[in-house]
Amino acid sequence: MASPTVPRVSRVRRQLPTSPWLFAAPGLLITGAFILYPFVSTLVNAFTDRRTLIPGQFVGLANFRELLGDEMFWIGLRNSTLYVLGVVPALVVLPLLLALLVQKNIPGITFFRSAFYTPVVASIVVVGLIWVWLLDERGLVNSLLEAIGVGRVGFLSDQWLLLLSAMTVTVWKGLGYYMIIYLAALANVPPELHEAAAVDGAGPVRRFLNVTVPAVRSTMVLVGALSSVAAFKVFSEVYLMAGPSGGPAGEDTTLVMLVQRTGTGLTGRVGYASAISVVVFVVTVALMLLVLRADRRDES
Amino acid sequence: MSVIEKVRPAASRPAVTREPRVTDEHGRRIRVWELALRYLLLLAVLALTVGPFLWQLSTSLKGPTEDIFSSPPKFLPGDPTLHNYERVADTIPVWDYALNSLKVATANVVTNCVGAALAGYALARLRYRGRRVATVVFILAMLVPVEGIIIAQFTTMRELGLNNTLIGVVLPGCVSALNVLLMRNAFLNLPYEIEEAAYVDGANVWQRFLRIALPSVKGTLAVVAIFAFMGAWDDFLWPLIVLSDPSKFTLTIGLNYLHGTFANDERLVAAGTVIAVAPLIALFACLQRYFFRGVGEGAVKG
Repeated sequence: MASPTVPRVSRVRRQLPTSPWLFAAPGLLITGAFILYPFVSTLVNAFTDRRTLIPGQFVGLANFRELLGDEMFWIGLRNSTLYVLGVVPALVVLPLLLALLVQKNIPGITFFRSAFYTPVVASIVVVGLIWVWLLDERGLVNSLLEAIGVGRVGFLSDQWLLLLSAMTVTVWKGLGYYMIIYLAALANVPPELHEAAAVDGAGPVRRFLNVTVPAVRSTMVLVGALSSVAAFKVFSEVYLMAGPSGGPAGEDTTLVMLVQRTGTGLTGRVGYASAISVVVFVVTVALMLLVLRADRRDES
Repeated sequence: MSVIEKVRPAASRPAVTREPRVTDEHGRRIRVWELALRYLLLLAVLALTVGPFLWQLSTSLKGPTEDIFSSPPKFLPGDPTLHNYERVADTIPVWDYALNSLKVATANVVTNCVGAALAGYALARLRYRGRRVATVVFILAMLVPVEGIIIAQFTTMRELGLNNTLIGVVLPGCVSALNVLLMRNAFLNLPYEIEEAAYVDGANVWQRFLRIALPSVKGTLAVVAIFAFMGAWDDFLWPLIVLSDPSKFTLTIGLNYLHGTFANDERLVAAGTVIAVAPLIALFACLQRYFFRGVGEGAVKG
């Protein structure tokens, strides 16, 4: 074994005992100072009335009690939850179908795969603004809808249509990413399974349900977990499409938007925003456990 | 039908029927109508995924006299002009913002590559007390949802006097825990024997790291670099919180500002978004392989 701590003089000189920590130091320092310390300080601040410029004092559960009566908090919780319910099923199923579509090595397929990935590469700000213009009262989608006689739709003015539009944008941007994850999983499905099913007379739909889905089930769970956590923490799409105040009367505010709005600026209520953040943590962890548990139950 | 004719010479194989046939990667035959259906679907999805970008590009090239609201819509600019790109630069300092984004993204690439490679090597190869603890620290850090700690990160930056600076934008993500763990896995997958041989030959830890280990994980390092660049260039929430002075804005924040202030001028916003997205699409076109590889590694191990 080439253990650097072997206490022989010549080797000790070559391998200074401090060097492992020297290697790990920058990473540990940054992670400690800007991830773990803020995490702990969020948990602590949640029980104080700290503001941006005022240190604040311990107030017990006052912030959480205030949350229960805060209408905006419930709106945020509702919208973030709706976001999970709306986005996750689409992001579990559609990229899988897309992966099946681009799986076969037919001519030009690498071009299509790359093209479908383009929205992933673009910044959410770019994507959000592209869709704000597409869904504008006078934008492309409405021009097309009018041309075919449906008439114009206020995608960005109605509270619910706004949320639905933002979900569409999230799904649109995520498709290519999860498609690549599914492609890797599909490559591991033995083709014999499909052949055997085909010999048994199973059509494409049956083969999809009885061969493909069971074979990529663990990947579907992974995608479900990743996308539900991301969906609950949605910020940018809704912020850009509904505006900083969260649409008509703030009805489209999500929880992270509320954190950002309450906690920043010179008058920011750091304590109260931290309490909302704690709710975000708890729900995020709960979502993960829920998806993993559903997975285990399916298996048995 | 021209598409099908370009397919590999499987069609000339002695087929039982006269119908031209194409095979997939498993040697199974694809019927012509199925292939046609596939391409039809592919083109439909292509229109949905790339179409919005092209529409934005087209809008940005339409002159002030051209109607951008017409129904039915006009997909191509009648008289393409770069006028909007000049105008967006007159409205907001878009090139300064692009430079700020470039600075932030470049710094993020350098710090992540160096920091993650060093820490990853320490976790994978060096034997010392506390290595387990260090690994757990990075795993925990990776699980912390960033959106939930932004307020505390903001107050931390204020305490350090770094809010409203580009350094403040870079710092929290400058050695991401995910990248450290990616590098650790890459180093763990290297055969130990080569380094052992170098050790016996008297190479010290820096020499082994720089000359033997690091060159063997170039692929993962490239993935880290690309995702660090993309992450910093595209980031929105954190710079939005930490930057308040318009002269320090990055492109994404500048675009948000442009959209909020000059929302009625779609041509201008379109030009701005094209400026923001073009470099990344170019990068992606050149280095696709690493983008796809990064998705796999990040998803499986993250």
